[in-house]
Amino acid sequence: MAERLTVPINEPQIRSLKVGDQVLVSGVIFTARDAAHKYMMENFIKGECPEAERPVYDVLKQGLAGSVIYHCGPVVKKRDDGKYEFVAAGPTTSIREEPYQADVIGHFGVRAVIGKGGMRDRTLRGCQEHGAVYLHAIGGAATLIGECCKDVLGVYKLDFGVPEAFWQIRVEDFPCVVTMDSHGQSLHEKVRSDSEAKLQELLSTA
Amino acid sequence: MQDLTNHLVELIKSTSTDLSPDVETALTAARTSEEPGTAAHGALGTILQNVEMSRGTARPICQDTGTPIFHVWYPVGVSQRAIREQIQAAVSVATEQSYLRPNAVEALSGKNSGDNTGEDFPTVHFDEWEHEYVQVGLMLKGGGSENCGCQFSVPSPEFPASRDINGVRKAVLEAAHKAQGLGCAPGILGVGVGGDRASSMLKAKEQLFRRLDDNNPDPEFDAMEKRLHREINELGIGPMGFGGATTVLGVKMAQLHRVPASFFVSVAYMCWADRRKIMTIKNGNVTIEAP
Repeated sequence: MAERLTVPINEPQIRSLKVGDQVLVSGVIFTARDAAHKYMMENFIKGECPEAERPVYDVLKQGLAGSVIYHCGPVVKKRDDGKYEFVAAGPTTSIREEPYQADVIGHFGVRAVIGKGGMRDRTLRGCQEHGAVYLHAIGGAATLIGECCKDVLGVYKLDFGVPEAFWQIRVEDFPCVVTMDSHGQSLHEKVRSDSEAKLQELLSTA
Repeated sequence: MQDLTNHLVELIKSTSTDLSPDVETALTAARTSEEPGTAAHGALGTILQNVEMSRGTARPICQDTGTPIFHVWYPVGVSQRAIREQIQAAVSVATEQSYLRPNAVEALSGKNSGDNTGEDFPTVHFDEWEHEYVQVGLMLKGGGSENCGCQFSVPSPEFPASRDINGVRKAVLEAAHKAQGLGCAPGILGVGVGGDRASSMLKAKEQLFRRLDDNNPDPEFDAMEKRLHREINELGIGPMGFGGATTVLGVKMAQLHRVPASFFVSVAYMCWADRRKIMTIKNGNVTIEAP
């Protein structure tokens, strides 16, 4: 049975999750991928926030605390009334954000990152230190996840392009699996080493 | 010859939004082989639900609609140039209609052309044949799965295997392990044995047009396809790499003549969203079918 995670998510809730747990995420979250992570790192984390970027920073600072970052480059439709709608919104490969993720989690108090393919040691340590988890969405399930995105509440840095902008969305029952928890466990490392052992066994037989 | 542009748009729409029955049947069977309550079982449930929703709402199964790869079989006298132009036009229309995501970017600058056309994009292969009608195959090959493909030169210092069926088996097992869940497992592996580097990979990709439940006419390859299917699933990588009984839905192999000096094993990885359809234009009638 899947556990419900509703934004704002608190630390004890995150600490109670273990790899392999299935969850349904609801609430207001943000998409962010390559350009967005680089931007957060350069403007907010490494240096003093430039005055021009202050409005974006304020939205993210308030919105990301206890919330979720989703690695996604959506297909977005602009409706006749001028509002946006997510058409197809599956996860993109997360490993590209490895250099930034732990710092972003720490700085903004992010409780979960949703993506696909898993991340590595630095993010895993960040999750452990700050009380966060990595959630694996179902790659390719773009229509279903698009349906989970009930509202597009805002878009920031649209000049990065549609896939790369920060989209503030309200999701309902977004299905994910915990594959990296806040206790230093990674399902990806376990599957890799178990399958490696089996591979060697198969290779040793003709 | 009639203009095919509108029919080609229909082919793209059908390929992008309506998964072939053989793949759906294999995914349904895969779900029953996973333990209820596990992440693997849940993932396949979500996948099957997504397939149904995409079909019902005519929306792309996956937002990465990949590289459109066309294969055209045509009788003597048909113009390749005309068909290529109609394909380019159809791809542009289908992008406008949101059946394809604009995916063609300039190699170095990354600049998006906006309509899925560009230098050698989309990919089109042509073959003249003895029949009197035209057939167009389309495969949408997503980027995540394409990145999981690989090629082995056998033997090499990095890959000391033998130039025989067991060397081929080792190469395919290595490729499946290296991919883990990253190509959106459970995937399908196309394997080309022999040829040169390019023809070998093309042969591997052509295998992905085969039905999942067919048999290889070569008994040795047929046995190896079934064995590799079983052995790769024993690796336990599972759907999405969550761990589980289904890592691949099938392995399809073929061989080509090679020069004595080379022995290539090429592996093309296709994601579970194995989108491919074939359109036949015969006596003015147009039909779109799964392989």
